[in-house]
Amino acid sequence: MGKAARRLIVVIYLLALVVVPVALVFWNALKDGLGPVIEALTDPVVVHALQLTLIASLVSVVLNAVFGVGVSVLLVRYEFPGKRALNALIDLPLSVSPVVVGLSLVIVYNVRDGWFGAPLASLGIQVLFSLPGIILATTFISMPLVVREVVPVLQEQGTDQEQAARSLGAGGWTTFRRVTLPGIRWGVIYGVVLCFARSIGEFGAVKIVSGNLTGKTQTATLAVEQLYQNFNQAQAFTIAAVLAGAAIIIISVVAALRVRVERRGA
Amino acid sequence: MSIVVSNVTKRFGSFVALDDVSLEIPAGRLTALLGPSGGGKSTLLRVIAGLETADSGTVNIEGTEATNLPPQKRNVGFVFQHYAAFKHMTVARNIAFGLEIRKRPRAEIDARVDELLKLVHLSQFADRLPSQLSGGQRQRMALARALAVEPSVLLLDEPFGALDAQVRKELRQWLRRLHDEVHVTTVFVTHDQEEALEVADDIVVINGGRVEQAGTPDEIYDAPASEFVMRFLGPTTHFEGHVVRPHDLDVFSIAVRDSVKAEVTEVQRVGHEVRLSAKPDSASDLTTVSLTRAHFRDLEVGEGDTVWLRLAQGASQIATEAAR
Amino acid sequence: MTAALSDSKGAAPEGGRVLRTNPRSTLTRGAGLGLGVIVLWFSVLVLLPLAAVVAVAVNGGWEGFLTTLTNPQTAAAIELTVLTSLAVAVLNVVMGTLIAWVLVRERFRGSRLLEVIIDVPFALPTIVAGLVLLALYGPSSPIGVNVANTRTAVFLAFAFVTLPFVVRSVQPVLEQLDREAEQAAHSLGASAGVTFRRIVLPALIPAIAAGAALSFARGVSEYGSLVLLSGNLALRTEVTSVRMLTYVENGNLAAASVVATVLLFVALVVLVAIDLLQRWLVRRG
Repeated sequence: MGKAARRLIVVIYLLALVVVPVALVFWNALKDGLGPVIEALTDPVVVHALQLTLIASLVSVVLNAVFGVGVSVLLVRYEFPGKRALNALIDLPLSVSPVVVGLSLVIVYNVRDGWFGAPLASLGIQVLFSLPGIILATTFISMPLVVREVVPVLQEQGTDQEQAARSLGAGGWTTFRRVTLPGIRWGVIYGVVLCFARSIGEFGAVKIVSGNLTGKTQTATLAVEQLYQNFNQAQAFTIAAVLAGAAIIIISVVAALRVRVERRGA
Repeated sequence: MSIVVSNVTKRFGSFVALDDVSLEIPAGRLTALLGPSGGGKSTLLRVIAGLETADSGTVNIEGTEATNLPPQKRNVGFVFQHYAAFKHMTVARNIAFGLEIRKRPRAEIDARVDELLKLVHLSQFADRLPSQLSGGQRQRMALARALAVEPSVLLLDEPFGALDAQVRKELRQWLRRLHDEVHVTTVFVTHDQEEALEVADDIVVINGGRVEQAGTPDEIYDAPASEFVMRFLGPTTHFEGHVVRPHDLDVFSIAVRDSVKAEVTEVQRVGHEVRLSAKPDSASDLTTVSLTRAHFRDLEVGEGDTVWLRLAQGASQIATEAAR
Repeated sequence: MTAALSDSKGAAPEGGRVLRTNPRSTLTRGAGLGLGVIVLWFSVLVLLPLAAVVAVAVNGGWEGFLTTLTNPQTAAAIELTVLTSLAVAVLNVVMGTLIAWVLVRERFRGSRLLEVIIDVPFALPTIVAGLVLLALYGPSSPIGVNVANTRTAVFLAFAFVTLPFVVRSVQPVLEQLDREAEQAAHSLGASAGVTFRRIVLPALIPAIAAGAALSFARGVSEYGSLVLLSGNLALRTEVTSVRMLTYVENGNLAAASVVATVLLFVALVVLVAIDLLQRWLVRRG
């Protein structure tokens, strides 16, 4: 197969599968001008959905950043029994169906006979059908993303600098704060950004866990579904375009940053 | 003539790797392409093999016009500095590769592989993977692999460059013996003049994309065509506006005919020889003379003493750029 | 995927007893505490809920499993999901390797742009992915192609969301390949095709397999992109995750758990396979 033929096949495949469909979404959202777009974005239901998505995603990103860095340091710098098992299990959330995630949270946190749900309810804390449940779901789903970005960076950085800091008298926490963390900051940043992108996009798990109550527990992705099913296609495409645009901007920025960081570091 | 290269030029961007290079490689002999790194010798080798395409010029191999032939069709064996082993195949399968793709019968392939394994002394490693071999063993395997398809020409690109000094010395002798047994036209690239002088039948000195000189090791060493060749092949020093070899200068403790007066500035004993640094009255540069310990003892001179220097009869000398 | 952590086993000293130079635990007190907190967090957030699902499923005993799995609608859903995921995995093996090859070996103007395009399916919310495909291949398609509510739609959705997996798996391996080995093959007379088949491909197979496994696992778990696109027609275009959701919405958590357990088992098998593969690779050096 000639070089040109290969290139052509690849380009056509990607155009047909990705580029044209995505472009069409933006086209559909904008084809009637900015009027409908603004109308869609100022609809209180939509505004609430976007806000809810943002809040839940930010919280889960923070949680996963702390967890992610902690797990990465443990996996790369230490030995302990069960380490290989932990390493393999960390990837679990990425391979699990979002519906299974939602189901598992319902089983554990439902008010009637949930392992945690029942006791929490008696304390007045409601998890399902409210923000905490949504946060749990998005945190679960995007958990491995920070770890996957930080581990390779940590491995490559090596222990030399940390050992130098120790020999100069720095304690464990100080070494971490002033030597390790700055060294892995790009891995953390990429991981956090990918985690955020994944969180705002979560659909299946959140659908089950939130109850999809319009204006109360409906995230942006759930709003898209509902709007489309209610034949409100224009608004559905608008929000879809907003979410798609955010995702594309995020990965473009990450790609550009990666190139620049590699060039500077090399 | 086995390989004829005519007016080959090769550029990489604005960098000229080969500048109108023409040379002829004699058949059945072991030729070294010698020169400093970046001088173009590897590029030339790869152009001959077809792994690079020249921008202009022709390559003729064993009478066949090869310039536009892909490497597959040139019937040249190539050995790389970093072995280029087929990592997932055993040593035996590596060697058999060329024969397998030519669809030779299994029995013939097995026989030839055995023969080659014996030739390169790797018979007991036949079923090992390349990663289980030492660097020297991998290179021997690479040689066997290249020889398996009976190429008309064998090309080696700095074959011992990735090996330890000791292994390097052993393998270069081994290559010489192999060549004597197999008699394939062999060209190898090296930047080590000792290696070229020790092993090759002919040397081509290449620098800055140009051929400086081609000839036997004796010709190149004793009758260098340029200051560069002289400097590259061995130690040199200045004397009377010329570049000469330190061991071609005779030292006397009394004035003799045609000698130059000089003051000894430093005496260095290095192993079996003694290096004298002397400043001739007529020059501003120091001249270095190397002589045997015995000769030095007989002279009975030391730092600060006066000596007389004279270039030996028939010694090579090249006028320096400054003197011209 | 999480990078393979190479086993750091020190060499045994010559003669005498073999000392274990790789200690069982190098945790300091602070690190040990951190590990405890992290394991607790991970368990509460991830492991416990998943275990609960398995517990509920097992609670129904073998009859529970059989009843659910032999339900015609459920069986049809599982069959559709698994077969389509396999088919898409095969498609990705071919197209993913091809795309990776073009990206690494045949750089051209705009190949940087292709890199971003390939990541889009991974970053896009799944519901948006469904809408995206619907725009071009649904009822209001500008080119008149309408596969909504057909099995083709399921295949299409899977192909979209699993696009990056084989590509991203193969790409780094291709970049690290020893080019001189291919040149050696050429000098020995091998054509480009033979060289690819006998020298390049064997080196890529572990990466291709890992990517295919991830692609399969993702396909089997996919939900959001199918909701609007496939119509979720029972026995025809309904996938496993949709079936599960129906069970949940009807309050039949037991049946949902059975299906979920089957999916979890599949995910676990895939994870173990990848882990083994990576360890084998690290050993091979």
